[in-house]
This record gives sequence, structure tokens and C-alpha cells, in this order.
Amino acid sequence: MVALTAAKQDQNLLSRMAAGDGHGENSAYFDGWKAYEENPFHPIDRPDGVIQMGLAENQLCGDLMRKWILEHPEASICTAEGVNHFSDIAIFQDYHGLPEFRQAVAKFMEKTRNNKVKFDPDRIVMSGGATGAHETVAFCLANPGDGFLVPTPYYPGFDRDLRWRTGVNLVPVTCHSSNGFKITVEALEAAYENARVSNIPVKGLLITNPSNPLGTTLDRDCLKSLVKFTNDKRIHLIADEIYAATTFGESEFISVAEVIEEVPDCNRDLIHIVYSLSKDMGLPGLRVGIVYSYNDRVVQIARKMSSFGLVSSQTQHLIAKMLSDDDFVDEFIRKSKLRLAARHAELTTGLDGLGIGWLKAGAGLFIWMDLRNLLKTATFDSEMELWRVIVHKVKLNVSPGGSCHCNEPGWFRVCFANMDHKTMETALERIRVFTSQLEEESLKLTKPMAAPPMVAKKKMCWQSSLRLSFKDTRRFDEGFFSPRSPVPQSPLVRAQI
Amino acid sequence: MGLLSRKATCNAHGQDSSYFLGWEEYEKNPYDDIKNPDGIIQMGLAENQLSFDIIESWLAKNPEAANFEREGQSIFRELALFQDYHGLPSFKNAMADFMSENRGNRVSFDPKKLVLTAGATSANETLMFCLADPGDAFLLPTPYYPGFDRDLKWRTGAEIVPIQCTGANGFRITKSALEEAYEQAQKLNLKVKGVLITNPSNPLGTTATRTELNHLIDFVSRKNIHLISDEIYSGTVFTSPGFISVVEVLKEKKLENTDVSKRVHIVYSLSKDLGLPGFRVGVIYSNDDIVVAAATKMSSFGLISSQTQYLLSALLSDKNFTKNYLKENQIRLKNRHTKLVSGLEAAGIECLKSNAGLFCWVDMRHMLRSNTFEAEIELWKKIVYDVKLNISPGSSCHCNEPGWFRVCFANMSEETLKVALNRLKMFVDGPSSTTRSRSEHQRLKSLRKMKVSNWVFRLSFQDREPEER
Repeated sequence: MVALTAAKQDQNLLSRMAAGDGHGENSAYFDGWKAYEENPFHPIDRPDGVIQMGLAENQLCGDLMRKWILEHPEASICTAEGVNHFSDIAIFQDYHGLPEFRQAVAKFMEKTRNNKVKFDPDRIVMSGGATGAHETVAFCLANPGDGFLVPTPYYPGFDRDLRWRTGVNLVPVTCHSSNGFKITVEALEAAYENARVSNIPVKGLLITNPSNPLGTTLDRDCLKSLVKFTNDKRIHLIADEIYAATTFGESEFISVAEVIEEVPDCNRDLIHIVYSLSKDMGLPGLRVGIVYSYNDRVVQIARKMSSFGLVSSQTQHLIAKMLSDDDFVDEFIRKSKLRLAARHAELTTGLDGLGIGWLKAGAGLFIWMDLRNLLKTATFDSEMELWRVIVHKVKLNVSPGGSCHCNEPGWFRVCFANMDHKTMETALERIRVFTSQLEEESLKLTKPMAAPPMVAKKKMCWQSSLRLSFKDTRRFDEGFFSPRSPVPQSPLVRAQI
Repeated sequence: MGLLSRKATCNAHGQDSSYFLGWEEYEKNPYDDIKNPDGIIQMGLAENQLSFDIIESWLAKNPEAANFEREGQSIFRELALFQDYHGLPSFKNAMADFMSENRGNRVSFDPKKLVLTAGATSANETLMFCLADPGDAFLLPTPYYPGFDRDLKWRTGAEIVPIQCTGANGFRITKSALEEAYEQAQKLNLKVKGVLITNPSNPLGTTATRTELNHLIDFVSRKNIHLISDEIYSGTVFTSPGFISVVEVLKEKKLENTDVSKRVHIVYSLSKDLGLPGFRVGVIYSNDDIVVAAATKMSSFGLISSQTQYLLSALLSDKNFTKNYLKENQIRLKNRHTKLVSGLEAAGIECLKSNAGLFCWVDMRHMLRSNTFEAEIELWKKIVYDVKLNISPGSSCHCNEPGWFRVCFANMSEETLKVALNRLKMFVDGPSSTTRSRSEHQRLKSLRKMKVSNWVFRLSFQDREPEER
């Protein structure tokens, strides 16, 4: 009794925010990270470890970056070539940011949109990564209890970034596999109505384009319809364009910045972009987030709020120099796209060969894999069971669609840009072994059927035949979680810092 | 403008305060000894620019830190990808050691209880989110750093209730002032969640006495509330009586590992001691696991750049450097402080006796036309626009007595300080500030009509502007 009172007392001592679990990390989905942390794959030290395919990181062009840094010692304020800037930079905490940083970022944003639009450096506001940017935008546009519409499936981190400390609600706009998960006006209207019925004032629509977790890009007509929908309802349109430069192949990225030029009488006070260098440049550690708003008041206020998450001036200086090097940037973007395309092709060709479906898309650092036919029943419980098998038995950490609020079980996000070629081969081999085991089991249990045998039998047999050993995943050890991608180290490179 | 949130449309960001207006004036007309010798000298900025050369010479001798290298190997890739909100272990270890060194190694800090944040600005806000619900209050001794109005209240919805401190006893925090503040909060139906002190104090430049710290610990113990000690200036103590941290007093009272120790939280930063505000390095230290866990997750919204963590882990791990730096920095601060104090004395102006910080708390009460905040602002405007020195009026720091000003000394060269002191002397030696000719009066009137913020009316929370305009 005394202990209970003491615990209750403790609870009251802290804020509801600190004592609650609005941070979202008590979700069962963190079991995958945990499994990886306990047994991370390493080609030599741990060849049977879990391969991390749940981490949307772009690790394919680190060599280009490193080469540039070695060739440009003046970009560092610590080298002999750059130290004369040290004191000015170390002192600089103006929340407007270094002008050269903003100019360079604006130029980079233009290049990653094929120079089809211009960005004004004075509208560039810093934030603590896109994580900080999203929270800041929510604080600026919505009051506690208000809501943002978000098309599903969406990045799980939004639940925390947009809601935790802001008190804002997320209202899902359900998208269906039947039309490739496209966002329809009907779905938007239905979500808007749902919010109204639940007494949630809708303040905006948040889209991620290119999409996480789908990897798809929005076409021009769709974007226009989103701009018109939000304008008509007089709500904000927030476009998270963090994956802007990850398009490859024939895929084209059209930014909302381009589209607003084509929508007559567009109310630009309602248009905002969230951006970051974490994905396009593969620099999540440097925490470079950007809020770009067409609304002057939002720019002003977001800038004041940026005091809570400014980009380190040392980093601003480095990025300003790097992104001002046009030749380097052009080459980087070009090579990055080629390498992404190649790694994507490796994964998808491998999956094609195994008869595993995936959503056709041409951007992002992942694919949206279709394992619906492997589910025992079309339920999320079944999806979780399958996921646990993939994590603990096949030893691949992938992200189950349920964690992304997908309305249909059986989809999984599988990342490909955070590993080298050999690891990818290993991962594909494991999938091949898994699927052939399933086939063998299904052949044993039923008479051989005319093709295709895989789909029907897989549905029934994987659970009984494969020995499953998985832990109860209700709790997790918070040991190693970090904001956007909950592990500190990629399987490719171990930090011994 | 129903399009935006209430937070966006209110002015709780506090930037209409005179504290910031003075800065704006400076920005328009900044002093430069060659290009703009009649410009405004910035004395409102608590920055430490005295010891960069020591850091720069360390950099010259340690190229590996500069080049993202460790033992000859490039670790650029690891750093580029490192976004774990637990922070670089080597950096936290070095930070814990540095904090200990700042306290004469009389106490030690556990790196596992450290949370890294984007500056002390973010550390303070994060602690509010963890300890207070919207509408809850923290008690703060006045005068206090103007930025707290934004950092502690803006997005958190928390309230500040002042603990009134007066010049009569050197602005010390007394038991009765604490009790009065608590009662005041109760009268306003505000639930008090804790006390926040800045030690060494901004704007006073004094360190808390053992007596004050004892009072505070007893108080928060009895009331079962938190104590946040913002020790951002801990490395700027340049003379006796020396710095005593609240964690030292907890240790002396054998209160470590007790309930009250779980309610004592430290905020620190490298912005003042090392003069690196641009790098955004803040720290929360807490003995409460839940606070550490929650604050760590919240730090996602403002992590320290891995590039910066790496550089600083190398810098702070070098014990020769830290020892030498702390000592030399203190000598330089003391020198500069002495110059300011004697320069002011020569102009017949006294300061609160201080032993820390990057500023002096200057007594200009005798220069006021009347013992009112209006008179203080008149004087301030003259000093900004006529004498061309940007200093911070005490009212912007919520001082309850008019006539005090915070004057910074560590953010300029010695020559510039001399120029500033000369200007002040000339101003004081000129027409007396207590006798006004008619024309002078007219001029003052028109000065008043200039850009005036509404901060005077926002000073006490009872008179707060409504949130929605």
C-alpha cells in the first residue's frame, strides 16, 4: 500500500507527458530493433545475425562525401585551413542561420527538384532534423486537440513528432492497395468528415512525397487536387519532401512548390514544406532539418521556435561550403540516383525471382513488399506472427505495415540503401531459403497441384512446420533507440567511437 | 488570424521585450572601431569571447578531431549516420568529467544520467515538459534571465511565479521570499511544481551561498517539489567565494540517493564557459530515471550534431586542455571584470559585488529621474540611443526595483570596453541626470514616443496579455 502511494506520488511529481507513453516507444514493433541489437549481422563476426532492413538510411554515397571533405579542409573550422573562422562560427547563434548556409540549402533544394522552382533563402528556417521541423510546424499551425489528416500508410515517427508534446491529433486518410495506395479526394473527404464527427477541428493535411513507406511519388494531377482540397477547406498543406532526391529510374519527383505555380488563386499562406539532409545526402547525424513556409508569419514564428533546435554552426559552415560546390552536388545527386537504382533493382529482381510481390515505385530507400498471400488469415495478428518469424527465424528486421497504420495486413517495408551488395545477397538468400522451405512444407502436406502452388499452400503451412521461437514483445529495452531510425549503428559500419 | 495556433499568434515568445529591442537597435548600428566608431557598443550580450585562442591552439595540435579521424581511420561515415539520442558515449563521458572538474572534483557525475540537448534553451524547455503540466508553475528568484519567459513558458504552457529578491540584502533568496512566492502561487490557483535557480546567477553574477542552497533544499523537500539549478555559468567563477553547486550541498547533507535528490536537476551548457553558443550544446542531469528517459526521447527534437559531439569529445577528454583552459579563462574574466568595475567607479557608478558571470549588475538608481520603471526605461533609452551602449534594463529581467542594469564585459576587446567606459563617463559628467531643462524634457517625451514594446505591462503574470489577439 505504501509502495503504491509512493509510486502514485512519483507519477504526480512529473508531468503527464513524462509519465505517459505518448513517445510511442512502448509499441510491440520495437521488438524488431531489439532483435537486431541483440544479434546484429556482420559478414565476418556474426554471419547469422539479424540483417537490418528496417532502417531507412542512405549509405550508398558516403565515399563521395568523405572524398570531398578530405579535399576541402577549409570547410572545417578546425583545420589549419579553416580555423581562422573558428571564433566567428563558434559564437554564431543567430536563429536566422548563416546566410551562406541558407543560400546553399535553397540551391540544393532547387537542384533536387530539377531546377523547376526557386526557393527563397529567407524562408529557410532551421530545425532539429525533420523530426524537429514537424513538431515546430504542428506547434505553429495547430492547437491542442486540433487534427492533421495523414494518408496511410505513414511513417510511424509521425505519431510522436506531431502529437506527443503538441497535443495534436492525427486523422488517417485511408489509402487502399486496390489503386496502388493513391490518395483520393473521396478518402480525404471521408477523413475530414470523420474528424468532424469526432469533434476534431482539422487544421491541415500532411503528405510525404516521395512517400514513406510506399516509395511512390505523387503525380501532378494528384498534387493539384490536394492543393485545391486544402485551399477549399482553408486548411494547411504540409509536404514532407525529405526523400526528394531519392527518385531513380524514370520516376519523376514533382514538388508542391512547382504545383502551386500552376494552381490559380492558390492561397500560399497555407503551403509549407518540411525538408532535411538526412535522406538525400545520408547525413542524419548532422541534424539538418528545414521548415520552408510560404506564410510569412509562420516563417517568423518557426524561426523563433528554432531556438529550441538550431543546427550547430559548425555543421552549417560545413554544409554551406559543401552545397555551394555545384560540381560536387550535381555529381553526388547523379551518382546517388544510379546507386539507389542499382540496389533497388538487385532487391526487386531477387524478389521477382521468388514470386514475391512489391508495390511498383521509383523513389525512397525501401520497397513496400507484398506478403499478403503468406498470412494465415487477413488479420494484423497474423501479420505480427509472420513478422516475428521473419525477424527471429529468417533474421531480417523489416517493418510491418501495421506499424505504419496500413489498413490492410500483409505489407512490409524493406530497406535496401543501408547495406552493401554482399549483405543484400545474404538477405535475398535467406528469403529464398525461407520461401523454398515453405514450399517444401506445403508439398509435403498436400498433393501437388497445378501451378501456382506457392500461394495457396503457403497460407496454411508456415506456422505449423517452422519452429517458432519468439519472445513476448510487450516490453522492450530502450537501450539503443534514436529518433528516426532506432538503432545507432548500421550493419554495414560499426561505430567504435 | 484563425489560421495559426494560439502559440503562433500570442507574444509569449517574449521577443517584444526591451531585452531584445536593444539588440535590434544594435543590429541597425553596430559599433566597429574603424568602420563605425560611433555605432552602438553591444553590452547586452552575455558571451565569452576571451579565450578562443586557447581552443584554436588546441585545434592546431589535434588535427584528427578536425578531420573526422580516430587513430588514423576515418570515422566520417559513422558520424554522418550517428543519430542515437543517447549521444556519443565518449562525449557524454567527457562532459560528465568536465562538469566534475568545474566543481573542483568535489562531486562526480554519471554519464548515464546526462541527456544531451540543443543548448540550455532546449534543456530548460525539455525539463518543463517533463516536470510541469500546462498551467503548473515554477518559482523563479528575480531578477532572472529574460529568455526564461520564452524557454519555460511558451510552448509548455507552464507559468512562472517570481520569488522577490531585493537589493537591500544583495538580492539573496530568503526563506520568507520562498514562502511568499509559494503562497502567491496558491492564491492564483497555480500548482507549484518546483523552483528554478540560476547559479551562478544571471543577471547578478553572484554564486549562491551555502545558506541559500540549504534553504532551497529544505524548501523543496518540505513542499515535495523539484529544484532545477541552471549552472550554465559554473565555469565563469573567477574569484572567491567560489562556486558551490546544489549537488555538493546534497552530498554534504548526505541526501544522495534520497527522494529529494531525485527531484534536483542540473542544466548545463558549453555556451558560456567555453564560449561556444553556436554549437548548441546543452545538458540535463537528473537522478530521476523517468526524467532521464523522457528527456532523452524528447531530445530527438533537438539533438546535438554528431560532428560537434565528436569534436567536443576530443577537446574535453584532453585533461591538460580543460585544466589549463578553466584556469586561464578565469584569470581573463577576472581582469576584464576589474576593468569594468573600476571604470564604472570612476563614473561614480557602483555594481553589485560579484564573483562570476560575464556581466555586472550595475546600480544606476541614483541616475533615475524618479524611482519608477518609467524612469528606468527613459534612462535606458538615453544610454542606448545617446550614449550608444546596449545594456539590459533590470525590468527586462523582472527586477522589482528600478535602476539596475546588466552590463556585459566579456564579449568585446579591451579597447572597445575602454571606449564604452569613456562614453559612460562623459554621459555622467555631462548635464546631471536629475535636473532637466525644458528642452531636455521635450526630447525625453519624444524618445518615449519611439518604438515602445508593451513589455512593461507584461512583467507580472497577473497582467499578462490575453493569448489570442
